[in-house]
Amino acid sequence: MSPRTTRVVLAVGAPVLALLMAFVITSLVLLAAGDSVADVWAQILSVPSHRAIVNIINAATVYYLSAIAVAIGFRMNLFNIGVDGQYRVASFAAAVVAGEGWLPGYLNTLLAVVAAVLVGAMWAGIAGLLRVTRGVSEVISTIMLNAIATALVAYLLRKVAVDDGGNNTATKVVPEESRVPGIQLFGDVTVKVYGFVFLAALVGFVYWFVLSKTRFGFDLRATGRSETAAVASGISVKKMIVVSMLLSGGAAGLVGLPLLFGNDYSYGSTFQSGLGFAGIAIALLGRNHPIGIALGALLFAFLDEQSNSLQIVVGVSPDIVKITQGVIVLTVVIAYEVVRRYRVRLEQRQVAAALDEPATIEEAKA
Amino acid sequence: MSLVTAPRLAGKRRVTPGRVLLVVVALTVLLSLLRVLTGADDLASSGTLRATLVAAVPIGLAGLAGLWSERAGIVNIGLEGMMILGTFGAGYFGYFYGPWQGVLGAILFGALGGLIHAVATVTFGVDHIVSGVAINIIAAGAVQYLAALTFTGVRGGGQTQSPPIDALPAISIDALSDPLGELEAKNWFFVSDGAAVLRALVTNLSVLTLIAILLFVLTWFVLWRTSFGLRLRSVGESPASSESLGVNVIRYKFVAVLISGGIAGLAGGFLALVASSTFREGQTGGRGYIGLAAMIFGNWRPGGLLAGAGLFGYTDTLRLRGGGESIHGLLLLVAVLLVGLAVWQWRKAARTAAIVSGVMGVLVALWFLLSDSIPEDLTGMTPYVTTLLVLALASQRLRPPAAAGQTYRKGSAG
Repeated sequence: MSPRTTRVVLAVGAPVLALLMAFVITSLVLLAAGDSVADVWAQILSVPSHRAIVNIINAATVYYLSAIAVAIGFRMNLFNIGVDGQYRVASFAAAVVAGEGWLPGYLNTLLAVVAAVLVGAMWAGIAGLLRVTRGVSEVISTIMLNAIATALVAYLLRKVAVDDGGNNTATKVVPEESRVPGIQLFGDVTVKVYGFVFLAALVGFVYWFVLSKTRFGFDLRATGRSETAAVASGISVKKMIVVSMLLSGGAAGLVGLPLLFGNDYSYGSTFQSGLGFAGIAIALLGRNHPIGIALGALLFAFLDEQSNSLQIVVGVSPDIVKITQGVIVLTVVIAYEVVRRYRVRLEQRQVAAALDEPATIEEAKA
Repeated sequence: MSLVTAPRLAGKRRVTPGRVLLVVVALTVLLSLLRVLTGADDLASSGTLRATLVAAVPIGLAGLAGLWSERAGIVNIGLEGMMILGTFGAGYFGYFYGPWQGVLGAILFGALGGLIHAVATVTFGVDHIVSGVAINIIAAGAVQYLAALTFTGVRGGGQTQSPPIDALPAISIDALSDPLGELEAKNWFFVSDGAAVLRALVTNLSVLTLIAILLFVLTWFVLWRTSFGLRLRSVGESPASSESLGVNVIRYKFVAVLISGGIAGLAGGFLALVASSTFREGQTGGRGYIGLAAMIFGNWRPGGLLAGAGLFGYTDTLRLRGGGESIHGLLLLVAVLLVGLAVWQWRKAARTAAIVSGVMGVLVALWFLLSDSIPEDLTGMTPYVTTLLVLALASQRLRPPAAAGQTYRKGSAG
């Protein structure tokens, strides 16, 4: 094999190997528990219905935004575990702003989006500031901020909640003219793809463009790779930490918006939570690459959607796919590490071989 | 170098029975003062203190689990997941075999989580945080799946919870408990509060609580007084130097993470077996993270960790006892502490820090004066805000193990 094909095979091989391993481990769990392995996989790997396809795209949109937010931090060597808290406060703020309807129509939507980005960035900025001024690890501070966000939003929600007659405490409903219309993908089902799917695509493009094509992106990646090298080339590491934390938080602020403007239309106690942790998994799975992350988001959404009917059809708890998802995170990282070590060994061998050859020729001459 | 000086540094803050007693008395006086000043009687009742003990044990055990693994250089964010596994282990073995088997089951399941973490981080060199996050996801999913499989259709159980489990034995010394109760009811300054503290310790004390306290002593002894402990800590400070001295770094890390998992599982088991008497889904409620916070609060030392667990358990208890008023009373304490800190920092010539803590102290004092009670939702964030404050104000004085979070590969000593 030429070196280039080897590289391609290894790059594609790692995630495939990881998926296979996750598949095997999940099967072993099913086997040990006495559930039918074949039935479960037949159900999960069946062709999704039209309704399921729309649901998968919608769920993937939300996952994608969350994973991009995490990936921004990763590129800078920052671990933003706090996406969960950031999108919670941001979605709440956006819901309040949109519900008040200070501006007409889509201006109102725009205002809410801006509010979400600012609030998300601010919440993440706390962790960034603590890191640069007090040396507090962003991992710990964002975990604490997640819990604080939960309590704070629960408190504020009770303050601003409107009585809708049901049990659900929620903010004011977003006015009709500010909602984002969905896209009718199939004629035979009523569910629509979130209009904000384009927002996710735009965010993915901007992420790619800024990181790969601008001076700022280069600085950010350089700082993430080696702080000392960054300092040597005149980059202010502290500034980069705060800025990338703000960017990560701003992106995290967008996570809840497709749900808010396309499905829920208000922020309530039942608003989807836990998306931040899925984002971490997907960012790792996609290796921080905008296309890789998209594939990872689709895979996670696919597993979620296809497992929904497991309970009814096969009589197995759908939580089994959460095991699969968690295992994928581990196996992906392990597979990449194994491949990296293998590649290093391969290179060392090649270099050794290249060094060997002329030596023998010279020996032959002598 | 650091290996040589470490024990001597530790000697400065040696924990002696006399000092422990002094701290307990000082705390009692403080609580007593606070109770009299604010009029919130529940602040120091034996009921509150007993509940505090129950709330503090799982947090303390989780922190202890974190301590074991971080001292060997492995950051353990997966504590929460290992605790979740522990709750199910306790529920499964506790219901089908008996409460003591439940304790073993909890330890076993937690250690299983530890095994995954050890294989991922030590053998394969996966980033510690990544592995921890993955374990939290896997554990939550696995337990939901297993619980639905095990307890659906069992009488008294359901998809998300086990039937009631038999209780572990509890110790009560009535001969002491009753007279102390009478003393407590008199509401005398200090005497009654002292009686409440003693009464909490001799009434209905679960065996598992005792075991947890023993584990703390044992951990301190093993990690700081045996050569095994010295080697384990050296692996967390400077693995390359340890290896050059003949320590099997990989094995020590593995053992430490396994023990960490077992203790975290026990913390989860405590929730299922003692704090309530059933396994329920979502029982841990983020206590693994609070345990981590308690460990950091305690500067990676068992004594400090115990104080952190006690503090967080105490605030959690006040909240559960409808304690908006009680926690409101604590605001006064926080204000006084912050102002005290500001004065101390000012004298140390840390002017900016002093101003920040001083302003915060005044704000908290104003909050205390201008309100009667803290909303219930907000009291839940007490441990987290405390941890952030401690980290922000004292991070320069905290000293985590030097090599925590780094991946070590055999042979790196060269």
